[in-house]
Amino acid sequence: MPALEINNLKKLYPNNFEALKGINLNVNQGDFFALLGPNGAGKSTTIGIICGLVNKTSGTIKVFGHDIDTENTAAKACIGIVPQEINFSQFESCLSIVTNQGGYYGITRQIAFERAEKYLKNLGLWEKRNECSRNLSGGMKRRLMIARALIHEPKMLILDEPTAGVDVELRRSMWDFLTNLNQQGITIVLTTHYLEEAESLCKNIAIINQGQIIEDTSMKQLLAKSGKETFFFDLVDPIITLPDLNCLSSQLIDPTTIEVEILGRENISQVFDVLSNNNINVSSMRNKSNRLEELFLDLLNNNKLN
Amino acid sequence: MQSLFIPFSTIVIKEVSRFTRIWMQTILPPAISMTLYFVIFGGLIGSRIGTMNGFSYIDYIAPGIIMMAIINNSYANVVSSFYGAKFQRHIEEMLVAPIPNFIILAGFVSGGVVRGLLIGVVVTIVALFFTNLQVHNLIITIAVVLMTSIVFSLAGMINAIFANKFDDISVIPAFVLTPLIYLGGVFYSIDLLPDFWQKVSAFNPILYMVNAFRYGMLGESDIDITHAFIMLTIFTITLLIISLQLLNKGVGIKS
Repeated sequence: MPALEINNLKKLYPNNFEALKGINLNVNQGDFFALLGPNGAGKSTTIGIICGLVNKTSGTIKVFGHDIDTENTAAKACIGIVPQEINFSQFESCLSIVTNQGGYYGITRQIAFERAEKYLKNLGLWEKRNECSRNLSGGMKRRLMIARALIHEPKMLILDEPTAGVDVELRRSMWDFLTNLNQQGITIVLTTHYLEEAESLCKNIAIINQGQIIEDTSMKQLLAKSGKETFFFDLVDPIITLPDLNCLSSQLIDPTTIEVEILGRENISQVFDVLSNNNINVSSMRNKSNRLEELFLDLLNNNKLN
Repeated sequence: MQSLFIPFSTIVIKEVSRFTRIWMQTILPPAISMTLYFVIFGGLIGSRIGTMNGFSYIDYIAPGIIMMAIINNSYANVVSSFYGAKFQRHIEEMLVAPIPNFIILAGFVSGGVVRGLLIGVVVTIVALFFTNLQVHNLIITIAVVLMTSIVFSLAGMINAIFANKFDDISVIPAFVLTPLIYLGGVFYSIDLLPDFWQKVSAFNPILYMVNAFRYGMLGESDIDITHAFIMLTIFTITLLIISLQLLNKGVGIKS
């Protein structure tokens, strides 16, 4: 039984904007799943429908086999949601926000308090438990929403851009926390604009664009499709003209930087050979962009052309 | 049942702690303004008016003033709390949880009723400094207070559901609720009005509430008490159905 099963999901907003054009999606139990797409692609609408915040136009959704229309209570009990926007009361303490959420799920005050202590400690917020939530930093607010989403110990955690605006150190610690949750068996569905995040965390991936799923595969298979990779070579000494790099697509960005595009089966070592034969020394080499990022943009461009 | 009671009690506790936390905005102002009503309308002006339907003027208006405070505060609590939850989006905390809509409604309405009753008690204590209040019929008094605060909590809920901006939650209290209260027989008996305006007053729901409460306290009413209870029941059921339907459809809270 999949953790999440979406069939022919459609959403037409009252202004006639068709946000979802009949999407189908399966997320397996225990998966770490990435749902990627540009702004306005339909990611948040999809998540909103799954969680009961948006009314769907048609289609079915099952969460661990529970239909959200006919077994709404059971389906909702399986889901924890960390939304994109801050959505807790700015005038309540962290502890009451988390324990109240437990109450909404029918958890007794005592158990809710014990769990709140556990998750606030795990997320480094226990010292701030009596602090009014509006006084927290942006990163703390995001972690508070994760603690709140876990209070009823859901089988599936959905995170809508959880690391947006979070500094690098905190982002890495959140990745570790989420990886740990996934290893405990919690299915995680993640939307993010940091493609590096999706590449390093997720096992499977779907890309949504203009309300349609344009790719739904494993991360490995998707990355294997990657047709090209672009590198920058930083040179020790400046050069005036670029030597012929054996038909590799290349250009001189500035006197000390060469950009080279390596296609699927081409060999990067030939670049070093040519440069070496021309007495050009390389001080460092770096990717122009993340592999997944290039692939993502290619897919979106192809979708646009189609 | 346990699984429904916990979410319900969580909402009620949250609501009560919200308005008690800001008691300077919620509890103190009605105590002060109602004291002024008693001093000015009851003491200073009332002493020159004499009696009304056999009661001193201050004794006659005291139940209406208490009822006015209950109506205003029940309404204000739910409209501001629910709209605030929509505005800050923390209503989503409840919407994503497996809480039936009638529990959400019952939780917010109970919060409004608790605030209405608390303010009613505070104003009654203030009234005891100025009047010699008696309770003619305790059951009728309690029933009217409860039903009135439920009706106006539900009305506040409907206002909050439709509200898109803060102006929308102040327009109804300013331009509808306040005129209805002042024209609802708080400060006068409708017997004083010409026939035409007596008939117009019959369309004012607050007239029934004020008079039923006055009957409970003084044993005196411009309206037949059975008629008043029938009207109160109709208002309660109608507003309950409307607000539950709106929540079920997700009006104002779901896109």
